[in-house]
Amino acid sequence: MDSPLLPYGVKRCTPGAFFLWTLPWLALLAWGGLAAVLCLWKGLNQTHMSNVFAFALWIVFDLAIIGLGAGAFFTGFLTYIVGRKELKSIINTAVVIGFICYSGAIAMLGIDIGQPIRGWFIFWHANIHSMLVEVSFCITCYLIVLTIEFVPLILENRQIRKVRELRLVGHNLHEIMAVFAATGTFLSFFHQGSLGGMFGVMYARPFAAREGFYIWPWTFFLFVLSAIACGPCFTILCTKLTEFLSRKKLVPDDAIQFLAKMSGWLLALYMVLKTFDYLGWIYGIVPRAGLTFMDFFNEGPYGVWIIVAEMVFCGFLPAIILLTPAGRKSQGWLIFASLLNCAGIVLNRFLFIIVTPAIPVMPFDRFRSYLPTWQEWGIGMAVVGYGFLVFSLAYRYLPMFPKETELNPLPVE
Amino acid sequence: MKKENDPGKPDAGHETAHQSRQKYGMVIDLDKCTGCGTCMVACAAENNVAVRADQTDKERTITWMNLYKITNGKKFPHTEVSYFPRPCMHCDHHPPCVSVCVASATKLDFNTGIVSQIYTRCIGCRYCQAACPYGARYFNWWDVFPQDKGMDRYLSPDVSPRMRGVVEKCTFCHHRLMRAKSQAYAEDRRELEEREYVTACTEACPVEAITFGDLNNPKHRVSQLIKHPYAFRLLERLGTEPKVYYLSSRDWVRKLADNFLPGEYEPVVNRTWAADEWSTKPGRDEF
Amino acid sequence: MTPFSFEWQWNIEYVIFFGLLYIALGLIGGGITFVAIKTALQVFGFMRERDFHD
Repeated sequence: MDSPLLPYGVKRCTPGAFFLWTLPWLALLAWGGLAAVLCLWKGLNQTHMSNVFAFALWIVFDLAIIGLGAGAFFTGFLTYIVGRKELKSIINTAVVIGFICYSGAIAMLGIDIGQPIRGWFIFWHANIHSMLVEVSFCITCYLIVLTIEFVPLILENRQIRKVRELRLVGHNLHEIMAVFAATGTFLSFFHQGSLGGMFGVMYARPFAAREGFYIWPWTFFLFVLSAIACGPCFTILCTKLTEFLSRKKLVPDDAIQFLAKMSGWLLALYMVLKTFDYLGWIYGIVPRAGLTFMDFFNEGPYGVWIIVAEMVFCGFLPAIILLTPAGRKSQGWLIFASLLNCAGIVLNRFLFIIVTPAIPVMPFDRFRSYLPTWQEWGIGMAVVGYGFLVFSLAYRYLPMFPKETELNPLPVE
Repeated sequence: MKKENDPGKPDAGHETAHQSRQKYGMVIDLDKCTGCGTCMVACAAENNVAVRADQTDKERTITWMNLYKITNGKKFPHTEVSYFPRPCMHCDHHPPCVSVCVASATKLDFNTGIVSQIYTRCIGCRYCQAACPYGARYFNWWDVFPQDKGMDRYLSPDVSPRMRGVVEKCTFCHHRLMRAKSQAYAEDRRELEEREYVTACTEACPVEAITFGDLNNPKHRVSQLIKHPYAFRLLERLGTEPKVYYLSSRDWVRKLADNFLPGEYEPVVNRTWAADEWSTKPGRDEF
Repeated sequence: MTPFSFEWQWNIEYVIFFGLLYIALGLIGGGITFVAIKTALQVFGFMRERDFHD
């Protein structure tokens, strides 16, 4: 039925099967839509956020998906600026993932603020000393860049291509993509960094506070590094999931292997620096605040295990697997390491966002706990649903994997 | 053109006996505090603080002045209890909440030392709440002054009620400063008397545990009280320079106001309040 | 964001922050304008349309 819209020379499921596939994601979107209406209409009392947990599940989702979406800017940088030709077979996927992550995050932030109608104050009345202002500016500008990077792919659709003007727009955009990729790299570097800086600058919260260089706490640089270490792995995971579901090879191994190796090296570097960061924190910030490392884990469910999980199981372990040629060449180990790598970044963000407010600073205050409401989960899951939907639509109707026809030649009829 | 957030240079013709920059602050005597909660009630009434029918969710209620009950953790008969009123500390050095605010909705006024909050500017991102270690900032989770219910008749006309979705905090009853200044201006005075501007909690405290005034003015009692050996501040070592000071003769109370590594805390005197009843002795406040 | 909002101060921090922002926005805007003009010239035949190889 929709075959005139499908890319040339590829095989896709029937429209009926595709419709059934979109149903769960539409359901998630409906759930999130209902939650969003409730939150906007009745206010943030629909959530379990409180004066203690000012940042909660949505910010974890936000920071996690922005970290995972970093594959877009890093792959774009490697493809268009460094000139790694093999990555051309995966850059479209990275851009689509990046677009989904960033647009989803901005939509969530719009609901997260108490006065969404005043959202523009961030830009107009910007307090440039706030890390969150830097985040907002860079994220918004970078979403524009991602849209520009996404547009040529949309214009590659078989029917849209037939319109000469649109095809020309797409080609001309593509020709100067290096300019946009460079701008995007700059913007993305700063917002990934300032997302980390947001927590490092909270100097009165010893659990999050970090020292740093000039105005940037060490978390600034660590967040950039962790994002580019796990972003490519998330791109690999999405590709592998698509390959698994469509039961065919979509991206040549050299692109995947290059990204995996890159990810491994960056993750290893990140883990080494993160170890120094933890040591500097344990022997610097923490005793200066009159605390010991173990004081943070006196109460509540969070123990040292969470740091061990972050550093050893989701840090050094995937780095070793990705750095071993045999490890990353084995499909199972590659996926396992990528999953751990992505889990590590989510855990890292969770530590900064949820564990920081849970641990009291005043000695006579107590540990607090927080569980999200269905409205909070709804909005978080809606972004997941939105992601699956946009990715599926892009896969079905756009030539997202340029090597697909080459790797899966259709039988000659 | 002079910008609003200029640090404020002393006026040439402004002759005062002390530094021209005022630094309003508070000293709370924890030995006197009985934990009656009048300060909380007075504060809420004065500042139109939102009160809901059900106030049981303490993590979402608004209490600009919050009262903590602390104990020395010992078993009877050695148990001691103290109450710890906690307004906004109006941090004097790089307040954690000010630099993080995205929309420039909160400012440290260099002329008065008061950390303000502009409700109509706040977008409700709550980053300031995350950054404040004292929990002194509160978010409006609900619309609490619904129209046509007659609630508005109970509001103080001096303080604007806050809308849903913005952060609010103790302002040291800033409107009282404005009122006192207007009065002084009408009487052609350049300087406020000590008792002319005090916060609602200071005024309401039945045991006069709270003293309020200009920390920079040697004529004000607060500026002498903060030199008392029993004076301390909450979480002082974080470097926020709070302008709210506390007094207590009890070591365990002073020790609970900050985090100390083993052996770091140095007692001021080794006798406890129970032993020498220092705080009830006449003349203590004349230190 | 602009010298018209009252927080604006003419100091080095503002110049660096907004300078970089406006450079980034300028690059994005310039890129889009370039593409728009080039496409218009090609559509109306003032400029030769190159074959796109990738």
